[in-house]
Amino acid sequence: MSKRIDVKDLNVYYGSFLAVEGVNISIEAKSVTAFIGPSGCGKSTFLRTLNRMHEVLPGARVEGEVLLDGDNLYGAGVDPVTVRSQVGMVFQRPNPFPTMSIRDNVLAGVKLNNKRITKGAADALVEKSLRAANLWNEVKDRLEKPGSGLSGGQQQRLCIARAIAVEPQVILMDEPCSALDPISTLAVEDLINELKDEYTVVIVTHNMQQAARVSDKTAFFNIAGTGKPGKLIEFADTTTIFNNPSQKATEDYVSGRFG
Amino acid sequence: MTVTAPVARKRSALTKGQLPAFAPYVVLAVALVLGAAILALIGFNAFGWGLVSAILFTIGLVGWSAAVEGGRKSSDKLATCLIVGSFLVALLPLISVIWAVLVNGIPGIISPGFLTTSMNGVTGALDNKSVDEGTKVLGGIYHALLGTVQITLLATVISVPVGLLTAIYLVEYGNDRALARAITFFVDVMTGIPSIVAGLFAAAFFFAVVGPGTKTGAVAAVALSVLMIPVVVRSSEEMLKIVPNELREAAYALGVRKWRTILKVVIPTAISGIASGVTLAIARVIGETAPILVTAGFATTINNNVFGGWMASLPTFIYTQILNPTSPSNPDPSSQRAWGAALVLIILVMILNLGARLIARIFAPKAGR
Repeated sequence: MSKRIDVKDLNVYYGSFLAVEGVNISIEAKSVTAFIGPSGCGKSTFLRTLNRMHEVLPGARVEGEVLLDGDNLYGAGVDPVTVRSQVGMVFQRPNPFPTMSIRDNVLAGVKLNNKRITKGAADALVEKSLRAANLWNEVKDRLEKPGSGLSGGQQQRLCIARAIAVEPQVILMDEPCSALDPISTLAVEDLINELKDEYTVVIVTHNMQQAARVSDKTAFFNIAGTGKPGKLIEFADTTTIFNNPSQKATEDYVSGRFG
Repeated sequence: MTVTAPVARKRSALTKGQLPAFAPYVVLAVALVLGAAILALIGFNAFGWGLVSAILFTIGLVGWSAAVEGGRKSSDKLATCLIVGSFLVALLPLISVIWAVLVNGIPGIISPGFLTTSMNGVTGALDNKSVDEGTKVLGGIYHALLGTVQITLLATVISVPVGLLTAIYLVEYGNDRALARAITFFVDVMTGIPSIVAGLFAAAFFFAVVGPGTKTGAVAAVALSVLMIPVVVRSSEEMLKIVPNELREAAYALGVRKWRTILKVVIPTAISGIASGVTLAIARVIGETAPILVTAGFATTINNNVFGGWMASLPTFIYTQILNPTSPSNPDPSSQRAWGAALVLIILVMILNLGARLIARIFAPKAGR
């Protein structure tokens, strides 16, 4: 239940502004890939093109190909809704639906699409997803309580459970721990390690230790200056990026000599 | 061995002069006495006494404070006096209206049959008799209450879908397009339409479409919805705007379609605000008089059919009872009924406002643990 992603010559625009230029990258199935780089270099923008979420912003468009197991996400007649049900996403700030209980939040992907599901199957799905998100033991006695009553770290894991419940092929995470304390961060990182057994995980992070801890491969993005497009500078095994990068810019960034 | 004993001081070096805690009360008492004395010289009246006392109080307190406490504290006291004064001035009309309506309206409202009978068969002769012989004032507002409820309900049924769907278009699909900007502009223009113009529009529209002289509750409902739609659009738009974009994105990322996201995530999140906005819009139009007068006419009998025949409503009932008393020689019974109807109208608006708060609380996203 996971697919690989191949990106070919991808340019991302906001209106006439070229935000990300010429990205070529191959992300293996069942692996964790980290995107690192300075703020504004286009990592998040690029991540959002992988499930066509960037289109939500007015004026955003893409040139090039993103292949999910060989199928182009931007091919003619591709429904972004189908893409998003295969490529799930977890956002920077935990965003459980405030009107829904914990249980309904997990089932949101099913219920919001009006898919029929028996109570037994729904219970099983809730438990499976919450267990996969390492949250089951903390919330099993209060599934009917609102999701917004949980702590930040629990909310973020609830959002991950919600993303898993749709059974996607790929999970994208946009700085999932930047609003969390170290202990919650650890819980989410452990979870990412478990998720890669079943899913392809792509994570954007500002925390280089986190990238080193959780990812198999790391991509370094950089930007030449304000108003210039972001570019993929180097993409390699995480150990190579952090110990023996081939580009000077990567070495400067990971060793803290940036700028 | 020298011991430096702490220097005995009267006051901390960190404080300046302070007025005693009772200072405002002393100044108030002096101001009231002085005010009464001044008013006694030029002819006493309560309003003048209050005004003069307030001015004297402000001058006295600020002056005393400036002498003892210094400039900063005295400017603070001056600002406090001005703000409290403005608050009282703003409150004055409200209290006076409620007082007048309560005093004049309660006799009307407690007369038997006031809420359950219409004006059918209530003639000037009966009113004259009640004045001359002290019999009960007959006649009631049942027909007007019924008309107000029906007309307002129909106006709500027309306005809410139109207004809410417009707001959804503006927030979710408009994207600042020319059409969206045009709608926003015309909604603003509509907000400023005088209510009589809305009434004339509805009347002229139905005269042209249905036939000359068409005056029914439905025409009045159309007139009211012209006034109501912009209010509903504006309030719903604001409520939809404050739904965080993150929730929409979260739903999209789960593979939920846009219209389902709007229906099941955005609207439920904003529903409490939308519902209270709608309730306030109803409260806003329920007291409209002019547009109803030109569209629904005026009736003294019960009319259950909002689509046929002239129809009474509370505002037009008040208007006609005051302007054309049932008994021209003895207008008191009519004015008693009018005040009673006014009290009922105010109670209705108050219930709607309380209802809006209740709805907002019921629908609000829960945050328990």
